[in-house]
Amino acid sequence: MTIEELYRIGALYRDQLATFRAQIQLCGSGTCRSAGAEELQRAFETACEEAGVRAEIRVVMTGCMGLCGSGPLVRIEPGDTMYVHVSPQDAPRIVRDHVLENSPVTEQRLPDDNTFYGRQTPVVLEHMGRIDPESIEDYIAHGGYEALAKAVTYQTPESIILEIRHAGLRGRGGGGYATGLKWDIVRRGSAEQKYVVCNADEGDPGAFMDRAMLEGNPHSILEGMAIAGYAVGATQGFVSVRGEYPLAVQRMRRAIAEAERKQLLGNRIFDSGFSFRVDLRMGAGAFVCGEETALLRSIEGKRGQPAPRPPYPSHAGLWEKPTVVNNVETFANVAPIIRRGARWFGEIGTARSKGTKVFALAGRVRNTGLIEVPMGTTLREVIFDIGGGISGDGTFKAVQTGGPSGGCIPEQHLDIPVDYESLAQAGSIMGSGGIIVMDNSSCMVDIASYFMEFCRTESCGKCVPCRVGTVQMSRILERIKCGRATEQDMETLEELCVMVKDTSLCGLGQAAPNPVISALHFFRPEFERHYRDHVCDAGICRFDDPEHGVEPAHEKGEGAHA
Amino acid sequence: MHEIRTLSIDGQMISASADATILEAAREHGISIPTLCHLDGLSDVGACRLCLVEIEGQNRLQPACVTRVEEHMVVRTTSARLKKYRRMLLELLFSEGNHVCAVCVANRNCELQNLAADAGMDHVRFDYLHPACTTDATHDRFVLDHNRCILCARCVRVCDEIEAASTLAVAGRGSQSWIVSDLQDSWGDARSCTSCGKCLLVCPTGSLFEKGHTSTDPERKEDFLRYIVNANRRKG
Repeated sequence: MTIEELYRIGALYRDQLATFRAQIQLCGSGTCRSAGAEELQRAFETACEEAGVRAEIRVVMTGCMGLCGSGPLVRIEPGDTMYVHVSPQDAPRIVRDHVLENSPVTEQRLPDDNTFYGRQTPVVLEHMGRIDPESIEDYIAHGGYEALAKAVTYQTPESIILEIRHAGLRGRGGGGYATGLKWDIVRRGSAEQKYVVCNADEGDPGAFMDRAMLEGNPHSILEGMAIAGYAVGATQGFVSVRGEYPLAVQRMRRAIAEAERKQLLGNRIFDSGFSFRVDLRMGAGAFVCGEETALLRSIEGKRGQPAPRPPYPSHAGLWEKPTVVNNVETFANVAPIIRRGARWFGEIGTARSKGTKVFALAGRVRNTGLIEVPMGTTLREVIFDIGGGISGDGTFKAVQTGGPSGGCIPEQHLDIPVDYESLAQAGSIMGSGGIIVMDNSSCMVDIASYFMEFCRTESCGKCVPCRVGTVQMSRILERIKCGRATEQDMETLEELCVMVKDTSLCGLGQAAPNPVISALHFFRPEFERHYRDHVCDAGICRFDDPEHGVEPAHEKGEGAHA
Repeated sequence: MHEIRTLSIDGQMISASADATILEAAREHGISIPTLCHLDGLSDVGACRLCLVEIEGQNRLQPACVTRVEEHMVVRTTSARLKKYRRMLLELLFSEGNHVCAVCVANRNCELQNLAADAGMDHVRFDYLHPACTTDATHDRFVLDHNRCILCARCVRVCDEIEAASTLAVAGRGSQSWIVSDLQDSWGDARSCTSCGKCLLVCPTGSLFEKGHTSTDPERKEDFLRYIVNANRRKG
């Protein structure tokens, strides 16, 4: 493969696309699939056949289009017209009126001036929901692998790292560590063998950014990994995908095979001296394996448990070799930066947080789905403009960011910009990108208890504060929920929060108390009403049930695991 | 020639080899830091968190067992906060298992018990979890009592790193973690076990013991620990 060949493949495919009279793109994300996207695809194909235009119309299943709460989604090109809640019965009419007669069907049509898409800045999601994720040619036709070609042909590893550093790209998994700096440490490592690892072990409840990207545009991740490999001197990459994402695994596997067939992965990429291979690893359902040291142990085939840092993976990672570990979204940002330059990227976002961030917007908002906004956008804009405000007739109560490691942010902080520092200041974290909006039907004690229970069951059990502390905190929260807690319990809970945060080995344990700490900070009266007055304003907690809140016997040993 | 680092631990100026951990440097100079999962001669995992120390200029507490000394480092091994955390950690351990000292083979010879006494622990503020644990007495000579296990995984490491049998491992997760032999077989059926008994010698509590021993036995393991350490050094 040479650059010329790459351009030729792209041009050929674009010519091929141009021969179609129109395109009917169907969102193929998990949500739209469960709402009947596959049936809908057949309905559109049949409708085209019946209209005698099957060969002239391209009906294609794409990745996630974003507006998940309104699926199944359909886009008609040319014109970029979106239809929401499309059913198979609508297919003939859309084909006849819109595709053939060019008079868009008014019902179900998403207005062009909608705030959902209008307020977004797609960088990593630019081609998501527009290209066929199973076709490498479609990716190439949209400029795919040009950044890799440019990198290995014209740029030195040092200049790529400089470009990434100038762009100000920071880790999108939530930590926010400077990506260029991390790469530079690995590049300087003297080891002969180095690795690039893509952390796709997404586990936060309500978060589906990585999944959408893996399913919707897997090549953009592979391209980012290959560029990282070239920059740091690694020849082997691993994508560690959560085992619960079968479609993502399938798409990624196919993408790797196609890239190898096109010699975009493998030996002497673009006839340079650079060789890079990528292997796929599947997680076995442990949240803690999203923690980088645990992830690496799991790739090595060992028990997925975190190890103390230092040494950091950049010094001693996979099999003790220098290893770049980045999140899916971080890698997806790489090719756009190399293609369009650090200056372009640096103009998006805030002074310290550059670029965009992808969020999975969920909970009590009108428009739930996958969004991408410039860093610095306020939470209010995200929830009320893009999200369309609170669904139903509820009122806004709090927004949860960062999942089980994050916190709840109340109304008075809604105008803070979304960036690493501001969210941390408000008592939450950026996290990997889950945003859960809550209205007054949510009980903050219940939410805090839910996340603590999550951490309790996901603790690996290695270090004492996380393993036992989460059990004890969970029990106290459960007691508050059923009105059996005492003032002493509250004191113990707060002591444990601080202690578990300060003493746990890895990020999971250190951050496990965050949802409780932030709930206590902003919603303490609600806790007090629970344990003093036995009142739950949201009406979720029960105080009269003698059985409620009695935990099942705590078991371990053979019986518990049979 | 070894590179030397100069640092301060609890106000005492000391020098240590550049590859020494804070724990090694401290102990060499008679400064004691409580540990439980650490054992000289085995790899360190930083799991019990008892050896956490304060390092000036760092926000996070660091485990002394895996943190290397650095030039001009200022370390505090004890403070009101550290004392409180250590006691809470021990209380959590006591709350987690079924530690009935009166009938325990390790009574008065137990590292957990000694640490609790050192920490001035007179009660446990947390709920006793009273887990329903089993005891595996299927092995000819040895017993594994999960009630007394604190999951320090010393037995797992000695089995892997010294005896190279890798019979013992941790299964399950979180508070449901437990020590298993082979593929969750009964210990008696674990064919990889060489019956060397090293796991018994490194167990800090009475979780692993030889059949026939009771709480009245004065026997203790310090000599054996030293033996293992030396064996490991010679190996290295």
